[in-house]
Amino acid sequence: MSINLDQAQQTFIVEARELLQAMEQSLLQLESEPGDQDAIGAIFRAAHTIKGSAGLFGLASIVGFTHIVEDVLDRLREGNVAVDAALIALLLKCGDHMLELVEVVANRGEAPTPAALERGEALREALSAYQPMRTATASVETAEVADDAAVEVLWHISLRFGVDVFRNGMDPLSFLRYLETLGQMMQVTTLTDSIPPMDSWDPESCYLGFEIDLRSTASHATLNEVFDFVRDDCEVHIVAVDEAPDSPAAMGSELVTQTEQAPMTPSPQRLPAASEAKTRDGNYVRVNADKLDELINLVGELVIASAGASLLTRSCNNDPLQEATSTVSGLVEEILDGALHLRMIPIGDTFNRFRRVVRDISQELGKDIELIISGAETELDKTVVEKIGDPLMHLLRNAMDHGIESADARRAAGKSAKGHLNLNAYHDSGSIVIEIADDGAGLNRERILEKAQERGLVASGAVLTDQEIYNLIFEAGFSTAEAVTNLSGRGVGMDVVKRNITLLRGTVDLDSRPGQGTVVRIRLPLTLAIINGFLVGIDQSTYVIPLDMVQECIELDKHQRQSSRDQGYLDLRGEVLPLVHLRDHFSHEGPAARRQNVVVVRYAEHKAGLVVDDLLGEFQTVIKPLGKLFGALRGISGSTILGSGAVALILDIPALLNQIVQLEARTTQAPPSPPVVAR
Amino acid sequence: MPITSEILDDTVHVRIEGELTIYTVAELAGELLPQMGAAPRLELDLSQVTEMDGAGLQLLAVIQREAGIAGTALSVTGQSQAVTQALQLCRGAAS
Repeated sequence: MSINLDQAQQTFIVEARELLQAMEQSLLQLESEPGDQDAIGAIFRAAHTIKGSAGLFGLASIVGFTHIVEDVLDRLREGNVAVDAALIALLLKCGDHMLELVEVVANRGEAPTPAALERGEALREALSAYQPMRTATASVETAEVADDAAVEVLWHISLRFGVDVFRNGMDPLSFLRYLETLGQMMQVTTLTDSIPPMDSWDPESCYLGFEIDLRSTASHATLNEVFDFVRDDCEVHIVAVDEAPDSPAAMGSELVTQTEQAPMTPSPQRLPAASEAKTRDGNYVRVNADKLDELINLVGELVIASAGASLLTRSCNNDPLQEATSTVSGLVEEILDGALHLRMIPIGDTFNRFRRVVRDISQELGKDIELIISGAETELDKTVVEKIGDPLMHLLRNAMDHGIESADARRAAGKSAKGHLNLNAYHDSGSIVIEIADDGAGLNRERILEKAQERGLVASGAVLTDQEIYNLIFEAGFSTAEAVTNLSGRGVGMDVVKRNITLLRGTVDLDSRPGQGTVVRIRLPLTLAIINGFLVGIDQSTYVIPLDMVQECIELDKHQRQSSRDQGYLDLRGEVLPLVHLRDHFSHEGPAARRQNVVVVRYAEHKAGLVVDDLLGEFQTVIKPLGKLFGALRGISGSTILGSGAVALILDIPALLNQIVQLEARTTQAPPSPPVVAR
Repeated sequence: MPITSEILDDTVHVRIEGELTIYTVAELAGELLPQMGAAPRLELDLSQVTEMDGAGLQLLAVIQREAGIAGTALSVTGQSQAVTQALQLCRGAAS
């Protein structure tokens, strides 16, 4: 029992964190649009739910504090209290305090620290300014307790009928008819989008679904019984819609149980109430991330195994077998896509967290800064999302602290007093790009160069492009305090940012225009586990190039071969394409093959041609990281196992391209030099 | 014959008689769907339908969808009480 309760409490903690996050969002929303009733409702619901669930676990400190917050929110909702900056700031602090209290529970601390208690007291006092009289508290409570089973509840029912419903002699419409007798159908939406295309549609199979809003006095159990007949081939979800103002419906009943019994010993019967409350916010299943990783790992193995099987099939002239394997491979691919998709989450949540940060820091600095978020729906791997938060935070702080000037300086420069910070994300050739752009003063090119030369990062005679100079601030030597004060402060821990991003197999670069602002661009791979690879062969070895980076393949004919070998580049439809002879690069011995091919790869704005012997086609590649021993190896990002059981190395194209760029830069110091990299 | 169809000018007139239910949808679908896109306009007369169920509803939804894909202008010229009631129940999802 105690274990179960423990798990339930964990769920509560996770939920409370999410709710507090949502509450913070809504508060910030309310700050920009003071009249937003939806936001007020959302804030109230968040506080209300936390209070209810906390009561279930007998967390008196949370219930007590949240109750006061809820009181004020209630008055806010009824228009007795006006929204102003002071109230928002206070409520934000209250949210922080609630989070603190929740964390105390999470860490199994016995009691909050004295400092936290003091803060709580101060907040209570501040909140009391918004509470008219003590009696108000009482009335809220009675209203909640008064609600009873006979109250009309707005139920939301989602129905998904199974394909055999018609064949089993049942008619979905008859369920609707019956529901109509139980209450008032507020809204019905017929879902037809799961009907397959015409050629695979069977008129006698059912693909219908319904979303129904029903206002009824019937209980959950009664509604559930309606679907007893079709339980086996029908998905039914019945939830009470939480109507904010006058019907505390499902939540009310939770609160009733809470007040009836002593909070210290929650009994098992009450746990179902908690889980019912959970289903209210969508049909989600919480899955442990480890289990998901395990699944994806297995799917990876499945991909390898199926590749092996289809390889074997091809060698034994058996048509039905080949057909069967190709069906299996198709399905495996779908499973792979699905599994990977499970791990993809939109980056918006991470972005939205920064709203609060930007608000707080801009107030702290006395600057007026607006955060503009776009591309929040861009999805990327969960691990990446988790790990990118800190570097992003760092970059944002930097941009606000040092990038955007004070209001006076901005006005003097002829810009609007309000600083703008853009956070944008989008997909680009198999990777995701996150941009942080400010409209501040930009970087001081000369001083960075000066500093770099002083520190010996750049030879004094070297000619660098602007971009190269700006990117110097990501070098480790730049992150000292001295550099910070001398330069416009940029460079605080930028090397750490870069290192973190590199660990995610990403890159970061920076662009700046004096007086107009700075853009930091982070480029990350979409996923860390599996890539679509393109196989190429040199001698007996096989290499994998990430398919997203492959632009095209061309054959290298005889006389091109000679000239390209001498010059180190190729004329690609009038464009200069630098070539890398992988055979030489990886020191393969033996003479070059009779025929050679060029794979044109692109990463960010760099483009190059890789000269290989054979093109072996596409391959779903499960990345196996290289051991520590090979950690220092450049140009190789991992390995994979082919269907035949052989090991293939995965080329690290970004690193490879960088290597070439550096190499060329060194050898072409003396003029005349061909352009290093085609843009 | 529960279904009669004729082509006049650029319009296919289809008239369904009797049941529009699980017992007839297979036949109706077999008759109707190949005609989608045969002419730029399709007129559906449902005034003689005596009974309609979920399967019938689904058929109408598919006809509507396919008409949209094929670019056929779909219009329902008449509907019996059975049809009206069924459509009302699911808030006119199909037409």
